Amino acid sequence: MTDGNGNDTILLAHGGGGELSDRLVREEILSRFPSRELARLADSAVIDFPGSRLALTTDGYVVRPLFFRGGDIGRLCVAGTVNDLLMSGATPLALSLGVIVRDGFPMGDFRRILDSVAATAAEAGVQIVTGDTKTVGHNAADGIFLTTAGVGVVPEGRRLDYAAAQPGDAVLVSGTLGDHGIAIMSERQQLGFTSAIASDAAPLVEPVAALLAAAPATRCLKDPTRGGLAAALNEIARASGCSIILEESQVPVREAVAGACDLLGLDVLNVANEGKCVAIVPPDQAEAALAALRSTRYGREAARVGRVEAGKPLVVGVNDLGGRRLIEMPYGEQLPRIC
Amino acid sequence: MCLAVPGKLIERDGHSGTVDVRGNRVQARLDVVPDVRLGDYVLVHAGFAISVLSDDEAAEALDLLDDPDEAMPHDGPLMP
Amino acid sequence: MTARSCHDLCRRIARRIEALPDRPVRLMEVCGTHTVAIHRAGLRGLLPPRLRLVSGPGCPVCVTPQTYVDALIELAGRPGVRVATYGDMIRVPGRSTTLERAMARGARVSVVYSIMEALSLARQAPAEQVVFAGVGFETTAPATAVGLKLAADERLANFTVLSAHKLIIPAMTALLESGDLAIDGFLCPGHVSVIIGADAYKPLAARFARPCVVAGFEAEEILRAIDLLVAQLADGRAEVENAYARVVTADGNRRAWALIEETFEPADTPWRGLGTIPGSGLAIRAELAHLDAARRFGLEITAREDDHGCRCGEVIRGAIEPPECPLFARTCTPANPVGPCMVSREGNCQACYKYSRAL
Repeated sequence: MTDGNGNDTILLAHGGGGELSDRLVREEILSRFPSRELARLADSAVIDFPGSRLALTTDGYVVRPLFFRGGDIGRLCVAGTVNDLLMSGATPLALSLGVIVRDGFPMGDFRRILDSVAATAAEAGVQIVTGDTKTVGHNAADGIFLTTAGVGVVPEGRRLDYAAAQPGDAVLVSGTLGDHGIAIMSERQQLGFTSAIASDAAPLVEPVAALLAAAPATRCLKDPTRGGLAAALNEIARASGCSIILEESQVPVREAVAGACDLLGLDVLNVANEGKCVAIVPPDQAEAALAALRSTRYGREAARVGRVEAGKPLVVGVNDLGGRRLIEMPYGEQLPRIC
Repeated sequence: MCLAVPGKLIERDGHSGTVDVRGNRVQARLDVVPDVRLGDYVLVHAGFAISVLSDDEAAEALDLLDDPDEAMPHDGPLMP
Repeated sequence: MTARSCHDLCRRIARRIEALPDRPVRLMEVCGTHTVAIHRAGLRGLLPPRLRLVSGPGCPVCVTPQTYVDALIELAGRPGVRVATYGDMIRVPGRSTTLERAMARGARVSVVYSIMEALSLARQAPAEQVVFAGVGFETTAPATAVGLKLAADERLANFTVLSAHKLIIPAMTALLESGDLAIDGFLCPGHVSVIIGADAYKPLAARFARPCVVAGFEAEEILRAIDLLVAQLADGRAEVENAYARVVTADGNRRAWALIEETFEPADTPWRGLGTIPGSGLAIRAELAHLDAARRFGLEITAREDDHGCRCGEVIRGAIEPPECPLFARTCTPANPVGPCMVSREGNCQACYKYSRAL
């Protein structure tokens, strides 16, 4: 990456899930690996295979702190991988687990993380079927990193694709936004605030199954992780060539999350989630989809938040005054601001 | 140019205090609002309480919700 | 906030504008946080097209000179030095790079929410020199003042402040004195006014015959202030009104001012894109020179900028629209901004750049 001044290094913001991440993937990754499946940039790749369609995904987990209210790096890695499979319409089957841990890492924390991996895998109904452990020297890594791969099977006839969103479709979210990002920030001491907000990290097996049963014509699913809902909707808008209109007053946000966003100068639409999904659903199935989501444990606060319209591939927020704003792809990692 | 959020002072320890901002607990210095009392609402900017909102001011905030055509002090000749 | 009262306000503003002579009415929101709030609520689209809201110089980060950013980057790269800064500064470009990019090359930078955390960093690492980036207007300067006094009382030997604090009244005065300011009235910054008080704008309103209204940050509060401004224009008045009285008093916070005066003195200061404005900055007093990073590290923040041809000053004054600047969308883009109006996501030039491409 260069900024026009010949400055060529990886920045933390390249991993932030926003505009910089997107450019890194498009300019440096896609250009080197010619694959139509990769170029879809979906949460999982779907590979046609005689007799079945296989979904494959991979992810790395570097969250700090390792333990936070509502979860830990172990729960996050299973939930994140399972959710990536689910977003492609796959039924998750099995996960791999890679561990990179540094010399001197407390064995108690190591066990606690693995126990959490096991518990979350059991909750999601998947097994960890292969793995790898590497140890590195004290200065080569900060604590522990996890990597996963996940495989699943996409049922016959199901095709979820961001490009399938059409004018008239409804936009649903499966619950409150911003919980994970704010939970993590409130644990970082130098920000000087604490919060009872817990991360939403969770495998979405149950709500996604309910949703797809109730709304079989669902166009696509996306988990609004890094970059938040703003990044997720911008990706769908770009892939489908349609505008997405977001009714901002309909977006479910907890009071304390809204307060923390005001305090830190963040837009909740850019804050990460780890147990939520966005669904684009044809209008005649939207109510059934919403009811199905709300009948599940992790979908109780689901809401219909917008619609797809013909137009430029943009996301436009409309508030209850009728005021409109462009909701941009976030640039990179969210930083607290004072102005 | 400056983000500041209101919250309620719920603990005080000398020049510092804890402010409840919509369910979050924020550490704030109280140097420029020395007369603040527990239970007061303050405005927090960059880790500092910069003003105390009085009860009258809170009432005035509620007035904002009234019909502007009745609350306006300056109805000039342009009004129909 | 109720939608109905906002719509009533918008309708009344429209009626007042229609009755004014047929030319654009330009109101400047001095404060960058107002710019963000106006953008987020989509207020421009709700107001009559003849009413133009022009973003002023009140984003302290955007008006920080490139030489100041360069100095922070240089300091953060020196052995044993750490720069502590508000997150706002991280992506502001200096002449060649940003603190964010410098961090990727190993520069030591810590993002803090408060100067108190910068002091903690200094206490925890006595072998490291911690330099706090003191940016912000009158709202933020009292926090830096307290930080300086604490460091002095504790005799912290490894803590300094590089001050780029700015004062808003001298900046507004300089804009008005430039003579070609096509601005009919000012939406005055709510949280700066908490410190300086609503009366601080009285000399400006009187001398330059421009109405000034102090505004809060909710959509309804902003609309109410715009309505008051337009009403003043209709009546031919130029007064100071306080539409944020639940927070702002006539006198401001005297205690905060006293702290500023104990630790700082006014100084001529460079503003990105605007040049040096007399008496518009806060320099650390001589008694606290040992806490002044500029002195400890031998730095000079000058007005000299590599901003050949940047016309942000005229954009802010409302004299030209962004596309009339020869750099606009050519050498000056959101990825490589030259002037302050392109640095800020909601700045006049960046907003114009994005909307012209998007909508």
